[in-house]
Amino acid sequence: MPEPAKCRYTKTHEWVYLDARSAVVGVTEHAQHEIGDVVFVDLPKAGRAVTQGEAVAVVESVKAAFDIYAPLSGTVEASNPALAADPAAVNRSATDQGWLYKLTSVDAAQLAALLTLAQYEEFLKTAA
Amino acid sequence: MTSAAALRTTPLHQIQKEAGARFVDFHGWSLPVQFSGIIKEHQAVRGACGLFDVSHMGQVWVTGKDALALVQKTNANDAAKFKPGQSMYSHMLNERGGVVDDVIVTVFGPERFFVVVNASNIETDVAWLRRQAAGLDCAVDDQSAGTAMVALQGPAAKEVIGAVCPEAAALKRMGGLEARLFGEPCVVTRTGYTGEDGFEVVAPNAVIPRVWQTLIVRGGSFGLLPCGLGARDTLRLEAGLLLHGNDVDADHTTLETGYDWVAKLDKPDFIGKAALQAQKKAGLTRRLTGLKLLERGVPRPGCKVYADGAEAGVLCSATYSPTLETGIGVYYAAAPFPPPGRALEVEIHGRRFPAATAPLPFYKSLSRS
Repeated sequence: MPEPAKCRYTKTHEWVYLDARSAVVGVTEHAQHEIGDVVFVDLPKAGRAVTQGEAVAVVESVKAAFDIYAPLSGTVEASNPALAADPAAVNRSATDQGWLYKLTSVDAAQLAALLTLAQYEEFLKTAA
Repeated sequence: MTSAAALRTTPLHQIQKEAGARFVDFHGWSLPVQFSGIIKEHQAVRGACGLFDVSHMGQVWVTGKDALALVQKTNANDAAKFKPGQSMYSHMLNERGGVVDDVIVTVFGPERFFVVVNASNIETDVAWLRRQAAGLDCAVDDQSAGTAMVALQGPAAKEVIGAVCPEAAALKRMGGLEARLFGEPCVVTRTGYTGEDGFEVVAPNAVIPRVWQTLIVRGGSFGLLPCGLGARDTLRLEAGLLLHGNDVDADHTTLETGYDWVAKLDKPDFIGKAALQAQKKAGLTRRLTGLKLLERGVPRPGCKVYADGAEAGVLCSATYSPTLETGIGVYYAAAPFPPPGRALEVEIHGRRFPAATAPLPFYKSLSRS
C-alpha cells in the first residue's frame, strides 16, 4: 500500500504514487466517501496515451457518474482488473486495492508540481 | 433550479442532519439522499426495515356530501368499490387520459376521503380538484403545509409500527386508520413505495420528530436503518412503481404505463374515460417497458435505447439494481411491443451496452403476499 505521504494529489481528488516502474492512480478517501457506493468503474485500456487533466475513467455510484481525470500525461500501462467484478473495492480500499490504472512515460516535473499530502489536506479544508 | 437558500426543509431536517444524512435538492426541498449508504439502506428495506421521511408529499382531504362524486369524477380507479378503512392506488386523469398525478386515496367514510399526492404536483392537483369540484357540495382541503409523513418499510415493519400505533399492526395491505399518536390526529396506512410490506404515518409537523425517533429506537433491534431518496428510488424502480414526472405525466395515459388495472373502464364515468376507451379500441402505440443490462454498467434516465441498431426510445427511469446487481430501466417501446428477452442496446457515455427487455416488476417481494 502506498504511503499517503509518498503520494501526490490533485484538486480533482486523485492520488498518484510513483513505484519502481509506473505511476499508480486512484481516487482519494475523501473522493470515495463523496461518491458513495461504487457499482461500476469504466477504466482506460492499456496503451492509451492520456493528457494531464483529461477525463479518462468513470466511477459510478448508484446515484451518479463521476469523471476521473488523468493527474499526469503518459501512457496507460494497465488498469485494475479486479474492479470489474468488485467495484466496491474503491470504497473499501481507495488508496490500495481500489487503485484505478497505471501510467508509464510520465514527466517527473508534472508529478513534482502536484499537491503534497499536506497541501491536499489544506485544500480539503479550504474547499469544504 | 431553486437556490440553496430557498430550499424547504421538513420538520425532521435537524434530526437527519445529526444522523449523518447527505441532502439533495428535490423539487425545491432539501431531503436526505442517503444516511449510511444507498445499497445498505436498500438491503435493510428488502431484508429488515427502513424509515423514510416523505414529508414533502402532499395530503388533501376531500369531504362533504359530494366528496365521493368528486373522487369518482377525478379518479380512474373506482372508489365505490373501497370500504372505509381501505386505500386505493389511482390515477387522476385529464380529458386526454393523461395522468395528472398518481395518488393514494384512503376512504374514511362516505363523505371523507384522504388523498396523498406527489410533492411536485400539490399545487396542480389541488387546483385541478377544486376546478372539478365546481357545482359540487364538497371541500378540498390542502393540509400539506402543516403535515409531515414518514414511511416505515420492509418485512419487519409490522413488528416496529406498534411502537407508535399498536392498532396499525392489524391493518391489512392497503388498509388505513385514523388514530391519535402522541395526542394528535394522525393517519396510518399499510402502504408504501418500495415493493415491501410497510406503513405510512401522516402526522402534524410538530409530532413527526417523536414518531421518527420512536420508530428508530424500536426498530434498532430489527435492523431498521434511516433511509434516503436514493434507496427509495432503487426500491421503487425494482418494484415497477411509477415515478410521476419521469415515467408518466399528463401526456402519457394509464394504459400506456401498463397499469391497465387502475383504469376501471366499467365505472359509470370519470375524466379521461372516453380517451382511454378510444385508445384501447385503436390500440396502443407505445407502452412502458422494462429492460435489464446484460453487462455491468449503470443506465441513467435520458440514455438512448437501440433495437437492431435503430433508436427505439429513451430511458425514463434507470439505475443500478442492488437486488439484481445489474442495471435496470424503463422506456416507452413502440408498437409492435417487444416480447421479454428481446435484445436491445443502451448507450451510456457514448458506449453501447447489451440489454434485453424484462417483465415488470423487476422484483416481487414475498413479504407482501
